Amino acid sequence: MQKDKELHHLNTVKSGQWIRIVSVPQGVLKAQFVRLGIHEGEKVKCLDRLPGGTIVLQKHRQHIAVGSQLAKQIIISLCIDKGMHHD
Amino acid sequence: MTDSGEENRKKHVEKHIHFDSSFIEKENRKGSIVLAGNPNVGKSLIFNELSGMNVEVSNYPGTTVEVIKGNYRVYNVYDTPGIYGVSSFNDEERVARDVILNADIIINVVDGVHLERDLFLTQQLIDMGKRLVVLVNFMDEVKRHQIEIDLQRLSKFLGVPVIPIIAIEKIGFDRLDEAIAEACEGTQREETHTILHSMLKMVGTQAEALLIMEGDEYISQKHAVEPGNHRDEIYIERRNRVNYIISQIIKDVSTKKRFTDLLSRWTIRPITGIPIFIFTLYLSYLFVGKFVAQDVVSFTEVQIGHNHWEPWIRSLITEYIPAASWWNNILVGDFGIITMTTTYLLFLLLPLVIAFYASLSLMEDSGYLPRLATMVDSTLNKIGLNGRAIIPLILGFGCVTSATITTRLLSSEREKTIATALLQFAIPCSAQIAVIAALLAGAGFLPMLVYTITILSVLIAIGTILNKTLKGESTPLLLDLPPMRLPRINNVMRKTMFRSYNFMKEASGWFFVGALAVGLAQSTGVLEFLTRGLKPLTTGWLQLPAEAATAFVMGVVRRDFGAAGLYHLSLSPMQITVALVTITLFVPCIASLMVMMKERGLKEGFIIWIGTWIVAFAIGGIVSHIVL
Repeated sequence: MQKDKELHHLNTVKSGQWIRIVSVPQGVLKAQFVRLGIHEGEKVKCLDRLPGGTIVLQKHRQHIAVGSQLAKQIIISLCIDKGMHHD
Repeated sequence: MTDSGEENRKKHVEKHIHFDSSFIEKENRKGSIVLAGNPNVGKSLIFNELSGMNVEVSNYPGTTVEVIKGNYRVYNVYDTPGIYGVSSFNDEERVARDVILNADIIINVVDGVHLERDLFLTQQLIDMGKRLVVLVNFMDEVKRHQIEIDLQRLSKFLGVPVIPIIAIEKIGFDRLDEAIAEACEGTQREETHTILHSMLKMVGTQAEALLIMEGDEYISQKHAVEPGNHRDEIYIERRNRVNYIISQIIKDVSTKKRFTDLLSRWTIRPITGIPIFIFTLYLSYLFVGKFVAQDVVSFTEVQIGHNHWEPWIRSLITEYIPAASWWNNILVGDFGIITMTTTYLLFLLLPLVIAFYASLSLMEDSGYLPRLATMVDSTLNKIGLNGRAIIPLILGFGCVTSATITTRLLSSEREKTIATALLQFAIPCSAQIAVIAALLAGAGFLPMLVYTITILSVLIAIGTILNKTLKGESTPLLLDLPPMRLPRINNVMRKTMFRSYNFMKEASGWFFVGALAVGLAQSTGVLEFLTRGLKPLTTGWLQLPAEAATAFVMGVVRRDFGAAGLYHLSLSPMQITVALVTITLFVPCIASLMVMMKERGLKEGFIIWIGTWIVAFAIGGIVSHIVL
């Protein structure tokens, strides 16, 4: 598996890019992310990056909107490979 | 438990801080079934199937969250708000937590298309040691999406019965009895199980022990113990377990794009989302603004209220209290608390509020509202709000009073203050919009443009100033976007009725208080005094006829009274613009003021109220000196 190890903030990703979550803010927000299935090490797709920086993440069939201020606090790495299958 | 163990426990229990042991505990002598699940998974349909028509809807003490109770055979059945996990992050979770803690059996409804998200709660309920059965809903969609789920293996992994259903078609409902009978405690990690059991002596139940380990402050305080700091580990462990289960039981082979996925993206992206928003608003306007505000209300307010109710009650009261008396005026006079307020509340406001809540529930149940919140998030960030604030702001165009109550769904006091101020300053309610639209339509395009630009500029300016000056930061948006689906009419009606009832219950008293205050002001000459006092400002600064002052003072009572008072004045098109700008920015109606004082406190409410006087006349005057 090829991965770009360079770290970025989530607000900088483009629509359609696959990313791996490196870190999310601590506390209640982290708990909420984990509940929704977005935790450190998880690979997800940036479904949309809206003007203003709001990000819509896709994990399998689930879509999660992340406000731009929050996206700035999330560290990710870009994935070169795709593929997100259950099996 | 040994005798000494029991004694220790009793001693420990005596030390507990006991809160008002919720109404659930008192009710549960029969044993209880609780429906739990993520938002929009179809819990209510199963609840309706179990409990039939005989249900009680009540506000959970201290919150605006509804708890619905019914009966099924020997059980009380409770429907809970949709949650992603059991904890105390918001009111919905706190209510669901308390109901779940007192449950004997939990029916956990999950969405077959979103098992990965939903099973986190399922596993948490299992970790709480509750007797559980899992109903996997939307099996028709699972098939359409070509998802293959091995339910037998899922049941083995979880250690509880798993039953496929299609709630909307009642498929699988014949197995509900079996499900309830077979509900059992599921499979916990051995390590978790051991730790939880070791805590039983101190806290009584495994469920509360788990919540304490997960750092739930309320439950910890209840048992006088320190909240645990293992939440992150437990959550990640649970999430990994769910991910593993999913990897073993699901084959998702479809790559086909569905229309709802496309629609979802269209609603979020501004280029398509803004036209969709405008179209949605137009449809809402046709329903609320045209059909209900004009046709229905003209019948209820004029025919029932003015023509039947008011003359009847006036003659009845006048039989006992002389017509010329002070009391008669207060009760059934122009601003009578029995005449005007009842007509206003029941025959004008109630139909409007029902229509508005129905539109809102439709938008909510279709999955549109969270997408709208996503689209407008970055725009609202600039005025210190996040996307969720679009809900009270839209509702404000219906009734500012109900919208002010709805600001409770915002996460921080800062956001509540900003949203309340915007509502009170710059959002005209539906009663006022009707009059404003009629006057502006007659005035022409340029006045309409000046009016719109002015009001929008004030809205942006107030939001920006408050965002820059209020301490703290607004909470960021983190929103699960549920799938877009056709709303279920029963659910929409149930929500609408509950919210309308709740609004009437909360606001009615304040309308009566407001009417009484105005009645007293009229009887004592204060109203006349205010009108006279405003006249120089009206003629000199706003360059309007002296009579416009009466319209402004009437606006203190009801916003539409103020705007309607301008009908009879002979004003030039630009004078109409000045008058409407002033009256839109001017004080909210008296009921709205009262609710604002209750929600935001006397001091903040009063500052906003005075602020509206200053801003309305300042901006009105500036516009007047530019355009006249």
